[in-house]
Amino acid sequence: MSKIHVTTTVNGDEVEYLCDPRETLLDCLRDRVGMMGVKEGCGTGDCGACSVTVDGRLVCSCLMLGAEAEGKEIGTIEGMADGDQLHPLQQKFIEHAALQCGICTPGILVAAEALLKKNPDPTETELRYWLAGNLCRCTGYDKIIRAVMDAAADMREAS
Amino acid sequence: MALDGSKPQFKLLGTRPNRPDGLDKVTGRARYGADLNAPGQLHGAILRSPHAHARIVSIDASKALALKGVKAVVTRADFATGLTGDDWNMQENCMAGEKALYDGHAVAAVAATTPLLAKDAAKLIEVEYEILPHVTDVDEAMKEGAPVIRDGAADYSVPDGLHPNVVRYYENGKGDLEAGFAEADLIVERSFKTEAAHQGYIEPHACLAQLGTDGQGELWCCTQGHWFVRQMCTAALGIETSQLKVTPSEIGGGFGGKTTVFIDPVALALSRKAGGTPVKLVMSRSEVLRATGPTASASMDIKMGMTKDGRITAASGVFRMQGGAFPGAPVDVTTDLAFANYRIENVHHVGYDVMTNRPKQAAYRAPGAPMAAFACESVVDEMATKLGIDPLDIRLKNGVVEGDRSTYGPKVKKVGLIETLEAAKAHPNYAAPLGPNQGRGVASGYWMNWGGDTSASVAIGEDGAVAVTVGTPDIGGSRASMALMAAETFGIPYENVRVHIADTASLGINEPTHGSRATFASGLAVIQSAKECIQKMCVRAAEKWDIDPDAVTWEDGFAKPSGPNAGDFEPLSIAEIAGEMSDTGGPIAGHFEANPGKFGGSFGTHVVDVEVDPETGRTTILRYLVVQDAGKAIHPSYVEGQFQGGAVQGIGWALNEEYVYGPDGRLQNPIFLDYRVPVASDLPMIDTVIVEVPNPGHPYGVRGVGETGITPPLPAIANAVAAATGVRFTELPLSPPKVLAGIKAAKHA
Amino acid sequence: MPEIHLWSGLRSLADGKEVVEVEGKTVRQVLDDLVAKHPALAPAIAAGVSVAVDGEILPSNKAEPVDEDSEIFLLNKLRGG
Repeated sequence: MSKIHVTTTVNGDEVEYLCDPRETLLDCLRDRVGMMGVKEGCGTGDCGACSVTVDGRLVCSCLMLGAEAEGKEIGTIEGMADGDQLHPLQQKFIEHAALQCGICTPGILVAAEALLKKNPDPTETELRYWLAGNLCRCTGYDKIIRAVMDAAADMREAS
Repeated sequence: MALDGSKPQFKLLGTRPNRPDGLDKVTGRARYGADLNAPGQLHGAILRSPHAHARIVSIDASKALALKGVKAVVTRADFATGLTGDDWNMQENCMAGEKALYDGHAVAAVAATTPLLAKDAAKLIEVEYEILPHVTDVDEAMKEGAPVIRDGAADYSVPDGLHPNVVRYYENGKGDLEAGFAEADLIVERSFKTEAAHQGYIEPHACLAQLGTDGQGELWCCTQGHWFVRQMCTAALGIETSQLKVTPSEIGGGFGGKTTVFIDPVALALSRKAGGTPVKLVMSRSEVLRATGPTASASMDIKMGMTKDGRITAASGVFRMQGGAFPGAPVDVTTDLAFANYRIENVHHVGYDVMTNRPKQAAYRAPGAPMAAFACESVVDEMATKLGIDPLDIRLKNGVVEGDRSTYGPKVKKVGLIETLEAAKAHPNYAAPLGPNQGRGVASGYWMNWGGDTSASVAIGEDGAVAVTVGTPDIGGSRASMALMAAETFGIPYENVRVHIADTASLGINEPTHGSRATFASGLAVIQSAKECIQKMCVRAAEKWDIDPDAVTWEDGFAKPSGPNAGDFEPLSIAEIAGEMSDTGGPIAGHFEANPGKFGGSFGTHVVDVEVDPETGRTTILRYLVVQDAGKAIHPSYVEGQFQGGAVQGIGWALNEEYVYGPDGRLQNPIFLDYRVPVASDLPMIDTVIVEVPNPGHPYGVRGVGETGITPPLPAIANAVAAATGVRFTELPLSPPKVLAGIKAAKHA
Repeated sequence: MPEIHLWSGLRSLADGKEVVEVEGKTVRQVLDDLVAKHPALAPAIAAGVSVAVDGEILPSNKAEPVDEDSEIFLLNKLRGG
């Protein structure tokens, strides 16, 4: 089967890859672009470990084809920190022990950042529903929720 | 190594520093099982049986091998022969032999140049099956006439006359049951069922394997225990353990399910067949759910007797558990721990380990304990309600303390059950007002914990910084607790310690991060190794000062002259001693190899408030409190995290999670959409209280905390639902349709 | 002499005895003596047991000492998750 040539932007950098028409954006980000921070937990859009932004919109990269990324702006966990300056969400996740094994963490951070861009002051309930598409099996979510709320408060203060 | 009473005041233990691997894990840099590639690697795919039980008549891979880019196909013929016992079970589970034993059982595998090609090729492998009758329910599997999974699988313990699917039998007891029940004012007898739940780690199993025709290999994989992986893989392939080096990746959750192997021997066999080319093999979620270990499912009968004032006089239980198509359901633990919270003189319990056409069960957090707790703690709750006694009081009255005779035999050592009950009673959640359709549930649970084979080393660097090397993969922050214990022992800053997880070639053998043992056992090993370093550094200082080594003490990172020489010399820092170690005798390191006992069990008590919607039967968790004995919480945030995570896994098991098999014996819900684990919007905050009753068997008093937390939630929630609805439910999960039907039936009754 | 307590399922393999007096100064020695006295227990011991000596569960170390008045319980081999 002939491959499709895709030109896209990942974390601000232009990248090109050739992909099979059946490959997902998740496959392409991991295997063709080398963004290994994007994780596969289910491949069916249920766990959110592969969360990325596409033109600013939060998506499960396992539910989008790699070929569909042509001309888009993709954001992954690798682009979240500003150089050596961690995003407040990343900092708060470490401080609050909001990760145990850490496999869901990249997806949850990307999802939480997308929420705070839309809604800088979410209620706990709003946050819990927004993150309902991101499974964490280790933490019971308690410390994740606290970390995001704390980061949101800091970000509001800083802005 | 006993509790070090000389150090009541800790400088670092109990603080909450950032975990050393935090940065890697919030930036996406941490490398998990599927994140490593090797030059020239192939990709594997596994063909799995669509049948619950079928004889494999033939396998024809010619069409797959004819595809350009397909490099190898393996079947059971490519594995070692002559294995017995657990090794045979493991090998048979990784790759079917004569029969496919469950839906999802691997029958062949292929390696090709791309993942998609490997999947395409797997579909081209033609397998002829002779379909056999199947059974997936534990009670059905024990009945006369049930399909026999494998004749001759039963061990010595099974009495004559039982179905061949019963492969182990366990019976234990003491006292006079009849007299005990005769003494009771109230007797409650009920039967319970729990369904299989999956560990549900978010990271599917993944590995990168290379095995040459010279029999030497390397394996990178996500595992809780790479020495176990090495033993199992080399057994399955018929090579010596020393020929395989296994390096653990970061691990994306395990909860017991990654203490064994499923795909690693297959990837190694593919690599060997492909001439030593590396093979990467990654499971899909549906493969994980269909073919890796869920927990056992259980069918249980409980009978308990109690006096009017709430003293338990007798208890008996029968526990039937299926662990899939192999022996190994944790029926012994279920049985022994069923009544372990209580001081009961007359006890009898019986357990049956039963085979069915389901995947081989794997350990899942306190394996076997939650089912028993559900049954026993439900009955205790019902009795307390009937006698009008507070559920915490009834546990305070009967709960075990040091010196009591346990229900399973040995005397109880120092434990903290009573302390958790008292803390639960004092917590504001226990006094919170409840509204209509709301109810409160209480339950306690226990896990005896574990020590096990443990190796570690601690090495002093030239600048006085410390490298700690352990063999227990960091599954939930253990690098932080290791660094804290090392830093506390040396009296140096936490940041001056770096913790490494070694591969199988770099330390003596280690059991996995399982049995709640990492902080206890690897921690003890690190402390002991650090003390060896300190002792050596004191000798170096003594030689420099030309005094007796016994006259040197170690304090806050410094060697100091003491006794008659006190004050004679300037203390030497760890950095100063390290800086000249090459001139004073060479490298300084300490190490530990043993299997420590005295691990000290951990009790927990949970209090949960629920609201049950009478229209839909949906249960909402309003408040949740975990109180558990940690002995000593080294890093309290990660102790709380274990409490919270265990509780929420228990909530999932109690309310939603279950394996659903159709009449065809196929798993009906092999994706996360249908196998529904708790999500953030299902839950409130999980409140925690850390009780610290120091373990006399650990220098800093540590008790493992990982597993106990999943034991009380099943009964606590069932008890809360009973309080909210007035209906006693005896089968999990308490899914809305089941609860609604129960409420309606009670109304009509 | 140290006493080994058997779980109910083992008692039929030891002439119905619940408690067996054994000789030995280590876990290995008392287990060996137990099997010598009741050979029908051999497969059970070979299948692997955990041993509790005076209330302390020993993971696997058969060299652990046993006192003259030790109370020993056999348990099914423990496993963890």
